[in-house]
Amino acid sequence: MPAVSKGDGMRGLAVFISDIRNCKSKEAEIKRINKELANIRSKFKGDKALDGYSKKKYVCKLLFIFLLGHDIDFGHMEAVNLLSSNKYTEKQIGYLFISVLVNSNSELIRLINNAIKNDLSSRNPTFMCLALHCIANVGSREMAEAFASEIPRILVAGDTMDSVKQSAALCLLRLYKTSPDLVLMGEWTSRVVHLLNDQHMGVVTAAISLITCLSQKNPDEFKTCVSLAVSRLSRIVSSASTDLQDYTYYFVPAPWLSCKLLRLLQCYPPPEDGAVKGRLVECLETILNKAQEPPKSKKVQHSNAKNAILFEAISLIIHYDSEPNLLVRACNQLGQFLQHRETNLRYLALESMCTLASSEFSHEAVKTHIETVINALKTERDVSVRQRAADLLYAMCDRSNAKQIVAEMLSYLETADYSIREEMVLKVAILAEKYAVDYSWYVDTILNLIRIAGDYVSEEVWYRVIQIVINRDDVQGYAAKTVFEALQAPACHENMVKVGGYILGEFGNLIAGDPRSSPLVQFNLLHSKFHLCSVPTRALLLSAYIKFINLFPETKATIQEVLRCDSQIRNSDVELQQRAVEYLKLSSIASTDVLATVLEEMPPFPERESSILAKLKKKKGPGAVSVTELEDSKREGGELNGGGDRGPDTSAMSASNAVSRHSVTSNLSYVFQSTPSPSADLLGIRSSAPAGTAPASAGNLLVDVFSEAGPAAPSAAVNDDGFLSSAPPSEDPAPPLSEADELLNKFVCKNNGVLFENQLLQIGIKSEYRQNLGRMYLFYGNKTSVQFASFTTSVSCPGELQSHILSLNVQTKQVEPLVEGGAQIQQVLNIECLTDFSDAPLLNIKFRYGGALQNLTLKLPVTINKFFQPTEMSSHDFFQRWKQLSQPQQEAQKIFKANHSMDTEVLKAKLLGLGTALLDNVDPNPENYVCAGVIQTKGQQVGCLLRLEPNAQAQMYRLTLRCSKDSVSRRLCELLAEQF
Amino acid sequence: MQFMLLFSRQGKLRLQKWYVPLSDKERKKISRDLVQTILARKPKMCSFLEWRDLKIVYKRYASLYFCCAVEDQDNELITLEIIHRYVELLDKYFGSVCELDIIFNFEKAYFILDEFLLGGEAQETSKKNVLKAIEQADLLQENTFSSGMRC
Repeated sequence: MPAVSKGDGMRGLAVFISDIRNCKSKEAEIKRINKELANIRSKFKGDKALDGYSKKKYVCKLLFIFLLGHDIDFGHMEAVNLLSSNKYTEKQIGYLFISVLVNSNSELIRLINNAIKNDLSSRNPTFMCLALHCIANVGSREMAEAFASEIPRILVAGDTMDSVKQSAALCLLRLYKTSPDLVLMGEWTSRVVHLLNDQHMGVVTAAISLITCLSQKNPDEFKTCVSLAVSRLSRIVSSASTDLQDYTYYFVPAPWLSCKLLRLLQCYPPPEDGAVKGRLVECLETILNKAQEPPKSKKVQHSNAKNAILFEAISLIIHYDSEPNLLVRACNQLGQFLQHRETNLRYLALESMCTLASSEFSHEAVKTHIETVINALKTERDVSVRQRAADLLYAMCDRSNAKQIVAEMLSYLETADYSIREEMVLKVAILAEKYAVDYSWYVDTILNLIRIAGDYVSEEVWYRVIQIVINRDDVQGYAAKTVFEALQAPACHENMVKVGGYILGEFGNLIAGDPRSSPLVQFNLLHSKFHLCSVPTRALLLSAYIKFINLFPETKATIQEVLRCDSQIRNSDVELQQRAVEYLKLSSIASTDVLATVLEEMPPFPERESSILAKLKKKKGPGAVSVTELEDSKREGGELNGGGDRGPDTSAMSASNAVSRHSVTSNLSYVFQSTPSPSADLLGIRSSAPAGTAPASAGNLLVDVFSEAGPAAPSAAVNDDGFLSSAPPSEDPAPPLSEADELLNKFVCKNNGVLFENQLLQIGIKSEYRQNLGRMYLFYGNKTSVQFASFTTSVSCPGELQSHILSLNVQTKQVEPLVEGGAQIQQVLNIECLTDFSDAPLLNIKFRYGGALQNLTLKLPVTINKFFQPTEMSSHDFFQRWKQLSQPQQEAQKIFKANHSMDTEVLKAKLLGLGTALLDNVDPNPENYVCAGVIQTKGQQVGCLLRLEPNAQAQMYRLTLRCSKDSVSRRLCELLAEQF
Repeated sequence: MQFMLLFSRQGKLRLQKWYVPLSDKERKKISRDLVQTILARKPKMCSFLEWRDLKIVYKRYASLYFCCAVEDQDNELITLEIIHRYVELLDKYFGSVCELDIIFNFEKAYFILDEFLLGGEAQETSKKNVLKAIEQADLLQENTFSSGMRC
């Protein structure tokens, strides 16, 4: 065996590891492991008590097996036993096993805590450290509860060994991170801060991590650490490289401690005390100076350690952002690194310069490196370095260099890695908008973006170019000419067709004078792309065509021809078909004046924050712009459009534009009625939002902008009512609609009809019943032109009956999750009545309309009377049974005012619809109605007799029911009282 | 630091140390993803990469990759030297360490790491002090072991 075995080797363990390594296949390895597990299990279960050594060996083997990636579900108890061994090596293995394998919710924690407690109070520093390491490694809440008050004491006690102090500090840090509420520093604060002065460098190194974390959370209580940190740093920085003995690393004095000190200072503003500040500035200058000195070693460790301190110092300089001299020096230093042969340094320099670029003091200095950065973008072989370069270009961009930077970024886009294209596109779009002086440049840039990286151009980007073109009349002619030219390309991206269709539809007239772009040429060009496009784009193009009819009467015949052809007017897509039909009609019946009003040029968009900026903010991914930059760009963003109305800090974006847009052009929508107006097209044809849900449904256009839009219906918790649904908690079925009972009552005496209807959805019902069985067809109709996604339905039976006695057995098949706009889907329910019941089953429907979750619950119109079998009987029989059912609880009676017509035929129809037999010539009073029937459930039959006595004068009824089961009497009486 | 992984060129994990609470499943997924990502990188590439919302710092020593995940504000270069110091500690303890030492004496590798880093932060950066602690423990185990034999 080649391996060295230090200390006491465990031969059995080494043999086992060798065996595993010799396994030729995964299967052989698993076999060997299973054999070993069986062996260990039998040893642990055996009668013979294991000695400590064997226990340790087996626990160690289990640990090895676990680290190979296998699950271990035993051995924990044995490991806990090892903790209380008096042999260090056994204790150590026990702690290791627990550190690696025990998770916080284990029941063993109490036992483990006991062992830890013993070791902590042992006064043996080695044992104490083991125990502290274990707490720091597991870091569970239970441990925090047990030890959070004890550890600070150990940390600051005068007689604690240095090594224990070090462990205690970091142990406390871990507990503070898991349970900050349990770690109360209070009285210890000042003594902990003073650990920065400790003579032992190791103690300071460990303690400063704790102090930094505590300072971030409670800066005021710990602010005395600033001056202590400065003096400590100053002592290290000015020491000779050998002063600190073993804390000098490759000729750099205490690099870890220096970095941590500089990091701690970044939790605070610059020191107010002039002397402290002077000393700190001196330190920072020394660090910058040292960077210029020749290296004391050629080893990379030397330069890494030195530069680690330098970068941390630069971070602090940037954090202070108040020393122009230091900022510029930092920038120059980073500039040197930009061309360093070490990739790592180039990467870090680019990253660090990004933050420097946002400081007003160093922005200009950063800009001087533009050529180097552009070169990095072009030549770096590592994509992560190129990404940094792109970020830096974005950060250093201003009016003076925008054209150059945008051009470079555009040309980089052609070869950029797919992973970063979308972000690059957004950044280019933002820079182009932010620094546009002439709008033709802006339009060119965006069209170039679409040409180069069309797939990565999100909706926000092309919405934005249209918003800007519409708002700036000086660029409209140019935009029309440019898109016209761009569309000449034999293959152009669909986003280009969208922009082209929209702009030519609005401003095609501005270039129509040129015979090369006459109205018909424009139209033919657009229409040549039509068949290659998706439905939303086609819909947009149809709107462009109707706008053409208004702009250029001479195209009317040609366009009408197109609209009239079968592929439009009978298109299988309901939206396209509807547009074709309505536009055709509009163009043939409306007078020119009406047409001109309806199809008038779009009014300017209300000015809002750029939608693309909002999107980039959301992305927040690597290299996303910093907050200050955003604030900055918000300030400058207004320049493009003359800084119009900019609301409070709304996250306004084109979605809200879409909404307000909708209202601006509502006159148009009005004329089109059910068709979404062309204005809505710009922002996606799907925005024909019903009034009540407008903001949420507008979210569908900009899914990621509004993705958190709440569900339209509040999802109140109704679980207590015993929903069977297993939907995730956030999407609990909504409580039944307030009108659910009313809807239900409509179906007591009829089996078919429309159960429910709102602006989105219609639910129709057909049902039939025989004996105790029923079948119901549900028809869900999508009334909108937009697809419903994640369409699910569920039927549940309310509380009282579902758990013990299932009164109704309703079987459904799940429906297709997508319901296309205008489509209807069908669902069949098979129903079996097991016993009589009073509450109707609930039907929950959930789907996504645009971004918003729709969630509604109705009562399924299944009532007990559906299972009636009519019974014909003579007058004699009737009264005989009537008398038999004479127990008071068997009868239910109600006297109530007529709600509906008391017309005989209507009443008769209703009673027949109820499912009973309507018996003539039974009641001595011919005005009265009597009925008889048997309710069929799986378990029993319930005979029912009914008598309804109208009083036409008083407009009142008296209803009496007698059934063989009292609950049925009551329920039927309730149901019927609502019917007449 | 959030975690440290040691893995071979073949992608086999040799040591894993987690300083944040994560489920077993998450740990496995993270290790798998990260091992793949790093093994796919070419030798001359930079030692840092952004991965999810973490910064990964890694370095290869012979057949072993050492990889640390640190948070956004942490210093990449000093982390690189954390790795190096750990390698030095292993090297000193085992006497020119190789992958096999870490496989066969994995528990020692963990003990040394615990002396050096605790809770993801440097506890003791002096090579001498760390090794002294480990040697003391080794000594202790022999002593108590022999005294254990007596009773």
